[in-house]
Amino acid sequence: MLTQLPIYQQAILTLSAMILFTSFALLAQSRVVSIIHAFAWQGAMVALTTALVAYDTGLHHLYISAFLTLALKALFIPWLLHRLVRQLGLLRELHTVEHPVMTMMIATSLVIFCYYVAQPIEQFSETITRNTIAISMSVILLGMLMLISRNKAVSQVVGFMSLENGLFFAAISATHGMPMVVELGIAFDVLIAAVIFGVFFFHIRDSFDSLDVSQLHRLSESDE
Amino acid sequence: MSNWFLALIQAALFVIFAPLFAGWVKRVKCWLQNRRPPSLLQPYQDLRRLLSKQVVMSVDASAVFRVAPYIVAAATLLAAVVVPLIADNLPTTAIADVIVLAGFFALARFFLALAGMDIGTAFGGMGSSREMTISALAEPAMLMAVFTLAMVASSTNLSTVIHYVLTDGMVLRPSLLFALLSMLLVGIAETGRIPVDNPATHLELTMIHEAMILEYSGRHLALIEWAAQLKLMIYSVLIINIFFPWGIASEFNWVMLGTAILAITAKLMVLGAVLAISETVMAKMRLFRVTTFLVLALTLALIGLLSHIVLEIH
Repeated sequence: MLTQLPIYQQAILTLSAMILFTSFALLAQSRVVSIIHAFAWQGAMVALTTALVAYDTGLHHLYISAFLTLALKALFIPWLLHRLVRQLGLLRELHTVEHPVMTMMIATSLVIFCYYVAQPIEQFSETITRNTIAISMSVILLGMLMLISRNKAVSQVVGFMSLENGLFFAAISATHGMPMVVELGIAFDVLIAAVIFGVFFFHIRDSFDSLDVSQLHRLSESDE
Repeated sequence: MSNWFLALIQAALFVIFAPLFAGWVKRVKCWLQNRRPPSLLQPYQDLRRLLSKQVVMSVDASAVFRVAPYIVAAATLLAAVVVPLIADNLPTTAIADVIVLAGFFALARFFLALAGMDIGTAFGGMGSSREMTISALAEPAMLMAVFTLAMVASSTNLSTVIHYVLTDGMVLRPSLLFALLSMLLVGIAETGRIPVDNPATHLELTMIHEAMILEYSGRHLALIEWAAQLKLMIYSVLIINIFFPWGIASEFNWVMLGTAILAITAKLMVLGAVLAISETVMAKMRLFRVTTFLVLALTLALIGLLSHIVLEIH
């Protein structure tokens, strides 16, 4: 039972619940700046959870992953996005959520679905993080939901990055992390992706005078 | 027998100290805003002044308008009897659970809204409509938070829940954490504090609670104001005793009861100060933003419920 767990294991569970909350916050936020801040908080909490798992299991390479996550997801990428948004002059822009109540209901049912799917897996595991598998899957699916429910490029990029947070968290909770080489590779991929997305923002805006992705259908051949 | 006596004393403590708690919140707010605070006993003097004044009533007022203050006060008083203040297993708390508590509040609100519409002034109807909108959103969030508690403690009875949290000791439960956050938001909305409603003024077009009771005067107004203060105290005690029950008396001897009174006083003072700080740093939000505020409360409670099922059941 929960009462018999040491305090840092309780903290792992609480933090994973808070990660789930940041995913919901990402879905519901409409201000660009708040979206970026929520994303930074999510990264910081994933990093902290990783560090706690590292302490719990005694796997020292997880500290490196935690540090990488903190540096990239919680500090560098949010800073980069913030700078881009400022340069694009979108700092105060509102990215309205199309159907807020519907999105929330879909999100909740996704979490329940993930719990249902992850339940058989959890029975074969004895680690403390086995219960967080469902949470990490929910973070992945909520990231995907954010990708399809938003139509502005910046929010979609944040949704994509939060999806990556979920994948990383899933790796931590299911198998205590991927091999170091893979993890480093992914970290640099994400870094490069963030930079390339930044370049794309400017290109999209130059071509369409807007970052609204729904206008991309103007690229169709009938235009010629 | 002595348990019933203690339950009576506890209800009396609620009744007597509710205006004092409201006075304390006002005092901390004054300190924070560099104003000279009124005396801590000012709410009592206001009530006494209202009680001694004559009741002025519109000729169009029906019986509903006349009985509403008494029903509101009685329902709130009954709610206060159910909530454990200084001792957790009293006979009165065994009678009713937290869903009955929500029912008492709903009854009081229903009659207040009826009375607001009874006279037929523009403000009254507007206030009633707003109050019902907010309560329709706040009640599901409150019940969801209550269900989270009920699932954790396997009971909706308040003293069982408190007993469970007490025997559990210091445990970091994600479900209770989110239920607490949700209850704080719901409490702010239900007791009509900033950022949802401003309790300090009845001169704003955005007022909610004050708009409904604009037509009341004399002892009727005194009863309604006192019920509002009691409601604030009930919500505060509810939050304190469910989530931080340490110090509450489970056996009835003088030492434990004395400790319980000291503990609840200290905790209420802290919570009142926190409320005053949050009211000072926040501005009242637009009425249409209240929806977002309460959907946040509902989402928090829902995540609490989900995290209990996903994370805490092994």
